[in-house]
Amino acid sequence: MSRYFTEEHEWVEVEGDVATVGITEYAQQQLGDVVFVDVPTEGKQFDKGDEAAVVESVKAASDVYSPVSGTIVEGNDVLADEPALVNTDPEGDGWFFKLELTDTSELDGLMDEAGYKKYVAGL
Amino acid sequence: MTDYIAEMLERVPDKLLPLDAWHRARGGRMVSFAGYQMPVQYEGVMAEHLWTRENAGLFDVSHMGQALLTGEAPDVALETIVPGEILKLAVNRLRYSLLLDDNGGILDDLMITRRERDLYLVVNGACKYDDLAHMRETFPDEVVITLLDERALFALQGPKAGEALASIIPETAALYFMQAGAFAFEGVPVWISRSGYTGEDGFEISIDCDHAVALADRLCAIESVKPIGLGARDSLRLEAGLPLYGHDLDENTSPVEGDLGFAISKRRRTEGGFAGSGRVLGELTKGASRKRVGLTVQGRQPVREGAALFLGDQPVGTVTSGGFAPSIGAPIAMGFVASAHAALGSALEAEVRGKRIAVTVTAMPFVPHRYHRPVTA
Repeated sequence: MSRYFTEEHEWVEVEGDVATVGITEYAQQQLGDVVFVDVPTEGKQFDKGDEAAVVESVKAASDVYSPVSGTIVEGNDVLADEPALVNTDPEGDGWFFKLELTDTSELDGLMDEAGYKKYVAGL
Repeated sequence: MTDYIAEMLERVPDKLLPLDAWHRARGGRMVSFAGYQMPVQYEGVMAEHLWTRENAGLFDVSHMGQALLTGEAPDVALETIVPGEILKLAVNRLRYSLLLDDNGGILDDLMITRRERDLYLVVNGACKYDDLAHMRETFPDEVVITLLDERALFALQGPKAGEALASIIPETAALYFMQAGAFAFEGVPVWISRSGYTGEDGFEISIDCDHAVALADRLCAIESVKPIGLGARDSLRLEAGLPLYGHDLDENTSPVEGDLGFAISKRRRTEGGFAGSGRVLGELTKGASRKRVGLTVQGRQPVREGAALFLGDQPVGTVTSGGFAPSIGAPIAMGFVASAHAALGSALEAEVRGKRIAVTVTAMPFVPHRYHRPVTA
């Protein structure tokens, strides 16, 4: 099991050919209080970079892009009633969706945790 | 993600507030607003909003324009471009008004105070230079316009604001809503009005920049007072049903469309004689084609500025402000709707990202105002 990160502040946790996607601690801090999350439903297909979910804080709406290509196997429905989970546990229970990877080689272009830390430190 | 982060990280050369370092030292996240680096939040918009509704919040609004009108008959000159009663405005009283162009379009909204020796104006930060230029162009040479750019401006807002300010300047307890006066803070002259833009009781305090940090420190040392950012200022004023210039009002909006008829004083309604009065008085009698309304929103997804409003397939208006209302726990919005569909209870839909969300025209304010007014028998 390994965790990858994107420059758009998403994390991707891969187990077999299923990836769980959420936003990072840094991202939730920047967004502030999350009040609404719209996650994709099972069966939806995304190419890498497609808009896959919406997260809205008190101040603004933001898109969450699919960091890899694949087919949704599950959206985190808990977020509909508890959007604040994205603030309290962004890299755990506040995950957005799981998708079955189309092309595992896409993961090669993502950062590992150390790389992401360095990236955020430089912002 | 996200566009928002990119926006937040963008650093453009803005002017700095006199309290810039003070905000940063308190964890203020600075963003570009009205040409200044301004604190959008400290601990978080939601917490700061709720704190202000229950305690007292200190807002640095030094980006706003403070100006004086002196010389010969500045009230007569001002009445040519605002629809409010200024000639009979009593000393140390203030009034919300609108700067109008010749078509009755709103160039800015502003607060006008009559003081013993001058008229004191507070205008929006993003419009201040345009406002002054417009006044200079419009007014006779005998009226002197002075921008007070060496003064900071604070708003202290919330149910504990009165008690907090009185603990430092006891004489301020005598002020009621929309009254003002000259006071002293540690020997430094300050100008204080009992007013604000959150719907709560509170004050606006003008002080020389050199003493602004001392005042902010002294206020924030009081247990009930915390610094509050622009984010909460926006959600507080939205809940209070108060329009934000540049979003809910602009030069294409008339006072009647903006549902600001209260700002057109009685004498001015019969006499006219202000810029755009033909159109504005006509709309007062016959109604305008569209109107600013409040909207309650079904579900949890915020409906924001720019969302189109529909009745079935028919476009009937646009949302001009919207977001999540922390004191209500639900999204709310403000927008302009064709007058035929602007009645309270009118059921419409807002389009958000290709989806339709049910909204209902509702009375404003969303959260009742709690201004400090004299108790009447």
